[in-house]
Amino acid sequence: MRVLGIETSCDETGVALFDSQRGLLADALYSQVAMHADFGGVVPELASRDHTRRLLPLIDEVLGEAGLGRRDLDGIAYTAGPGLVGALMVGAATAHGMARALGIPVLGVHHMEGHLLAPMLEDEAPDFPFVALLVSGGHTQLVEVLGLGRYRLLGESVDDAAGEAFDKAAKMLGLDYPGGPHIARLAERGDPKRLRFPRPMTDRPGLDFSFSGLKTHTLTAIRQLEATGALDDQARADVARAFEEAVVDTLVIKCRRALDASGQTRLVVAGGVSANRRLRERLEHECAKRGARAYYPRGRFCTDNGAMIAYAGAQRLLAGERDAASMLAVPRWPLDHLTPPAA
Amino acid sequence: MPTLLALDASSTACSVALWHQPAGREAEVVARYVEAPREHTRRLMPMIDEVLAEAGVALADLDALAYGHGPGSFTGLRIAAGTAQGLAYGLDKPLLGVSTLAALALAAHRRLHLRHVLPALDARMGEIYVGAYRCQDGDITPLGAEAVMPPERLTLPPGQEEVDWVGVGSGWTLWPSMNANLQAGVSQHLDDWQPAAEELVRLAAQRYAAGERTAPAQAQPVYLRDQVAWQKRR
Repeated sequence: MRVLGIETSCDETGVALFDSQRGLLADALYSQVAMHADFGGVVPELASRDHTRRLLPLIDEVLGEAGLGRRDLDGIAYTAGPGLVGALMVGAATAHGMARALGIPVLGVHHMEGHLLAPMLEDEAPDFPFVALLVSGGHTQLVEVLGLGRYRLLGESVDDAAGEAFDKAAKMLGLDYPGGPHIARLAERGDPKRLRFPRPMTDRPGLDFSFSGLKTHTLTAIRQLEATGALDDQARADVARAFEEAVVDTLVIKCRRALDASGQTRLVVAGGVSANRRLRERLEHECAKRGARAYYPRGRFCTDNGAMIAYAGAQRLLAGERDAASMLAVPRWPLDHLTPPAA
Repeated sequence: MPTLLALDASSTACSVALWHQPAGREAEVVARYVEAPREHTRRLMPMIDEVLAEAGVALADLDALAYGHGPGSFTGLRIAAGTAQGLAYGLDKPLLGVSTLAALALAAHRRLHLRHVLPALDARMGEIYVGAYRCQDGDITPLGAEAVMPPERLTLPPGQEEVDWVGVGSGWTLWPSMNANLQAGVSQHLDDWQPAAEELVRLAAQRYAAGERTAPAQAQPVYLRDQVAWQKRR
């Protein structure tokens, strides 16, 4: 079954073609990051307008890359949520229109299910069950994945997502959006011993996260350095280092606890923040110590993409699941409301 | 005669219309129109199916598609654009974007035989989307470009002040804010009219007959409001 995947939940337009026999045939992405950088974050109306401009050309590009025509498609999957409702509607409407024209099934897919299953696109894919850490600008979640559609939320952020905290800390340090890569680069030159930031919610049991206090702590530290005239380039690097260490350490501690609590030995790490080198090093070390193994989707499938939607959609379409006539755009949609495929 | 399907989600109404010519008969329009605030994503596809079924036309029989490209609700415009683009791309047929203000003008002309129409839609944030049309024998001609502006700034088209104008559309709910000169030149205003696919499909059929063809990806929404809704933070 050849499935076209469409992702328009936030600020990336992603399109891909997945064949259940031959694997991923093509994928294309248009990132709006540069456009939103001028505003310090995603502007929903601009994001939606851009999806409408980019989507059909990307579909054309993907079909061309695969050497296929639109009539060769057997199904269409699109991100139905969670995400920005106006942005979601672009993908949903286009998918439904195109599927109706081609007389093929169409299905709205959960964005986070896409992320959870993204490592399945790799040659060395993990078997079920596993624990997944989804960590991005919009989400920080630990999920136990028992099988397709069998997800148990182990913990999540009670306030800011980890990537969001990176963005806000970057802004405080006068760095550009998105903040993660900029903080990481600055932190390279930072002294890990000079400042120590708190590891939120690690002093008590549980798998939830909180990053808003860390944000406040970072601002206070910057202001104190400023007040004493000590906020030079080195001090800014030291703040970046302390901030990164605190986030990474917190994520690692919770992953360790999640593996302990679930008894799983496979850890999938996905989402934009999973590109952070220090986080990967620490998780590798942690997994090696306990005989567990960490899996990461390739870099371009860690962030939002069409391939994960095509893959997740294909699994469910193959099982006979499909949308009725309504286009689905669900801005809030808890992951554990999902069930195994229903025909 | 071509066969065309038009859809519109630019307002609280949702509408679909088909232009076709049954064998041995005059060309006709089969249309559906419902007031369905926030239900476009549910209503659109079933309404398309209904119209096609009533006319006995299959999607594959269409020569082109059309949609209300704006101005109107941003989200509604994109729902219609996405659906129409997906249909047109899937069928490999052209897609024509049609002005919702032109649709209002044509509606006023067809139903009330009005000759000089000022279609206006409530643009929120204290503004209206507005155009001016001269209508004759089923044809409408725009006088100047469509624009978004505060209702206070609306004036009659230059040199057309002596004509008997009629206002149509939700923008005229802002009548009390309009200036006295304008009010004096507008004999009546019908503020409960919404754009409908029935008129969109007629306008699209004219343009298709005149040879217009647009690739689906090129048929983008026309928001009119492009600058004011956001401010750069730095």
